Amino acid sequence: MTEATTIAVGAETGTTQATEGGARSLASDAWRQLKKNPIFWVSVVLILIFVVMAAVPQLFTQTDPAEAILKNARERPNANAWFGRDIQGYDIYARTVYGARASILVGVFATLSTVVIGALLGVIAGFYGGWGDTLISRITDVFLAIPLLLGGILFMASFPNTVDSPYMVVVGKVVLALGLLGWPSIARLMRSSVLQVKPNDYVQAARALGASPLRIIRSHILPNAMAPVIVVSTINLGVYISVEATLSFLGIGLTPPAISWGVSISDALVALRTTPHILLFPSLFLSLTVLAFIMLGDAVRDAFDPKTR
Amino acid sequence: MAEAILTATDLVKHYPIRGGVLRRTVGHVKAVDGVSFELYKGETLGIVGESGCGKSTLGRLLMRLEEPTSGSVVFDGVDMYKQRGRAMRKLRRDIQIVFQDPYTSLNPRKTVGDIVGEPFDIHPDVVPRQGRRKKVQELLDLVGLNPEHINRYPHQFSGGQRQRIGIARGIALNPKVLICDEPVSALDVSVQAQVVNLMEKLQDELGLSYIFIAHDLSVVRHISDRVGVMYLGKMAELGDEDQVYSRPTHPYTQALLSAVPVPDPTLREKREQIVLTGDVPSPANPPSGCRFHTRCFKAQERCSVDVPELIHRPDGVSAHLSACHFASPREIIETIDVSEVGQPTA
Amino acid sequence: MTTTSRSTTATTRGEARRQATADSKYKPKDGLLLEVDDLFVEFHTDDGVAKAINGVSFDLYQGETLAILGESGSGKSVTAQAIMGILDVPPARVPHGQVRYCGHDLLTMPEEERRKTRGPEISIVFQDALSSLNPVFPVGWQIAEMFRQHRGMNKSDALDRAVKLMQRVQIPAAKERVKAYPHQFSGGMRQRIMIAMAIALDPAVLIADEPTTALDVTVQAQIMALLQELQEERQMGLILITHDLGVVADVADKIAVMYAGRIVERSDVYDLYRAPAHPYTKGLLESIPRLDQKGQNLAAIGGLPPNLMRIPSGCAFNPRCRYAQDICTTDRPELREVIPGREAACHFSEEVLNG
Repeated sequence: MTEATTIAVGAETGTTQATEGGARSLASDAWRQLKKNPIFWVSVVLILIFVVMAAVPQLFTQTDPAEAILKNARERPNANAWFGRDIQGYDIYARTVYGARASILVGVFATLSTVVIGALLGVIAGFYGGWGDTLISRITDVFLAIPLLLGGILFMASFPNTVDSPYMVVVGKVVLALGLLGWPSIARLMRSSVLQVKPNDYVQAARALGASPLRIIRSHILPNAMAPVIVVSTINLGVYISVEATLSFLGIGLTPPAISWGVSISDALVALRTTPHILLFPSLFLSLTVLAFIMLGDAVRDAFDPKTR
Repeated sequence: MAEAILTATDLVKHYPIRGGVLRRTVGHVKAVDGVSFELYKGETLGIVGESGCGKSTLGRLLMRLEEPTSGSVVFDGVDMYKQRGRAMRKLRRDIQIVFQDPYTSLNPRKTVGDIVGEPFDIHPDVVPRQGRRKKVQELLDLVGLNPEHINRYPHQFSGGQRQRIGIARGIALNPKVLICDEPVSALDVSVQAQVVNLMEKLQDELGLSYIFIAHDLSVVRHISDRVGVMYLGKMAELGDEDQVYSRPTHPYTQALLSAVPVPDPTLREKREQIVLTGDVPSPANPPSGCRFHTRCFKAQERCSVDVPELIHRPDGVSAHLSACHFASPREIIETIDVSEVGQPTA
Repeated sequence: MTTTSRSTTATTRGEARRQATADSKYKPKDGLLLEVDDLFVEFHTDDGVAKAINGVSFDLYQGETLAILGESGSGKSVTAQAIMGILDVPPARVPHGQVRYCGHDLLTMPEEERRKTRGPEISIVFQDALSSLNPVFPVGWQIAEMFRQHRGMNKSDALDRAVKLMQRVQIPAAKERVKAYPHQFSGGMRQRIMIAMAIALDPAVLIADEPTTALDVTVQAQIMALLQELQEERQMGLILITHDLGVVADVADKIAVMYAGRIVERSDVYDLYRAPAHPYTKGLLESIPRLDQKGQNLAAIGGLPPNLMRIPSGCAFNPRCRYAQDICTTDRPELREVIPGREAACHFSEEVLNG
């Protein structure tokens, strides 16, 4: 809305008449906005499908993804194998379904760790300022200079996996790599968000009442500064998923026998010209998952931003 | 004679200006540069001035939202800047603040009940937990809001109502002094009178003392008992409302009063306008001697050298504090006393 | 530094304007510059339709100052934007009305032609100069742009004219400061720059939308004096939009008081202050503290300004009016002449006039 619209509609759109609706928090206003947005629903449905796929793959397929039927290798999609079979005879559909787990695990945990570390450091830097801020900001600058993917490759190459590295250990290493490289952008975002919220009069009012710094941060600063971090993290989730796929594709993330979309894509390159269906399905699922998180992040940003209402 | 409940002595606040690659201090913004005054129990002291005069910084210093560069504030016998921790927190119960902007002074994510109730969470011994909700509703009622709206959020209220919420928060702990930093400037004209009347009513009922900081000279005249005029970080004139408005002795006050348009077109040609040339100098580089001498119509050589002291100077009827070497009273506005005449009340 | 009563500059009285009028195709008949005729403006939002302007009409003649007085939500700024044609057309809509400039309806004019009137014919000064000026260009460049765009002047000529304009609006050391950026000026100086841009092409109508609200009172006095000087010198029609009753008393010839998108009172400035004919005007006058009075009792107008999506039926002011009776909730009073020369939209104007 333009300035003119806002003035015309007036600050009086809010009301005192008792008949007019109950309490409407900003969160519930944001939710109302989200509900109306079709992109939100599309992304939620997609994400739910993939999360369930990761948690309970058996719901989607009874086939064992590790079962290789060599004589049917490179089979086109048919009634027995809906997505066909790859060059080693694995059922592509089953492998794609089971591959969701790696992506979701990495995405979720990498995001959680970047948010926790980044938000904590960002709040300290923004709220206290001074030496702490300078120190944290310079460290942030250094880490920001390292490109995500390259850093990930270097990390994984420095701590190589063996053939019998357990699944969770490998996933854990990828999560660690992403967490170490991803926290600075969240920290910087949180810091600037805190710096915008801090000078507001309601924060000064809390100080004037004698509130402790912890109370001020918890009660006043965090709830108002979190929004940009939430939006960016949601989008980052998608990015981390694609990084995991890339690392696995390059052979330094998850490796066979572990199942991952990146591994499937890597395997498919060999037979790309003749049997493109082997590449198609894992790539499709990967793209859809990343897209779903990006769309969710977009929808959430629009819902939180009062100016776009 | 009432006793002084708050005494400010030589308050100074300088902000460092950092420049260059190494960010070393290259100068200071002298926002408040030696301000002293007293606030008496039960009165309203108005502080007026234009932008850059330091009145808002002064308000924050009095609340200890900023630490002074030097100077002291003695509140109720206690030296405020020497208090720490628990003692300071206890002191804060007695001196509270109401902010200017109704849109940023309330946390948009909290309900009105939480906002007005927060003082009781921070100072749990003032009201026991069971009684808090009721107390909050009483406060909302006291400031003219519907207590049933306790669960609503700030954005559901108008500007004037939000200001009332801010006032309710300010008086929740029953303070002795309320610092009001431009409380009505951001409100519509028809709502300003409501809030001003509310503040006067609360002052009577609760025995509050106000420091009313504003740039609107008419509102300040209406609500204040005594008035201080600030210019570039210093107090130019300080006296009873009557003395400062009817017999101003400082040339800046005189110029300021002459510039205020009065809602009476018949006074158009009759008003004498003292036009100040140029802009207000920067507080980072204030003029030497008397701060006002670069724009003053009376300035002489002495003014660029000697800083005039804020001392009692005669004003034709009595004497009041003025910081000018050549202070002399001049009637800028012809005051009419309307307190006897029957005024319609809303 | 000097005491002065209202001054006028005699030298170029009307000359600049006469030159502009001779060239332009818009010629005011009998000095009538602008006619706003039964204007309606609505805003369509997700939450509903806000009726910002509901049937506003007024005239503006050469050399006169019309003050549009109102608070937030009254529609005064939207009126200015509708005249200038700078409303965002969705969500805004103009379902009815005409805005005639020297007889030509601006609302139905093709956009290309309308654009040519902004600057040379009608111009506007906004409240906040800092956000109205482009921060990345020097001020001289921005003023000169008016000449380059509309008159096709070359860069150095345009810059010369810009310097002269800056001198005219009393910006000290104009030649040196012409290359400075907006943030390097104080609020009052920026406002002068905006005024310079607005009068650069000698418009016939100048709209000033809350030009001094954000300024200190001493600077306000300077800016208002400057506007008046320029107006007299060029015989412009000045529309002053404000909520400040003091400024209006000082400067206006005619006043239109707006409430909830309508004009509720229209009068000569002296008559309005002496004896208002509408309860809203009366309420406003009684609720403002006056600098020259002691011991006032501020009679506040109760209630809140109306929600433009739910304007009360009948007279929009009735919930807050102490003269209101049953008829006020059902019949909306039209703006009528209550005594010769004074119009008010109230069923009980006579009572209001008599106090």
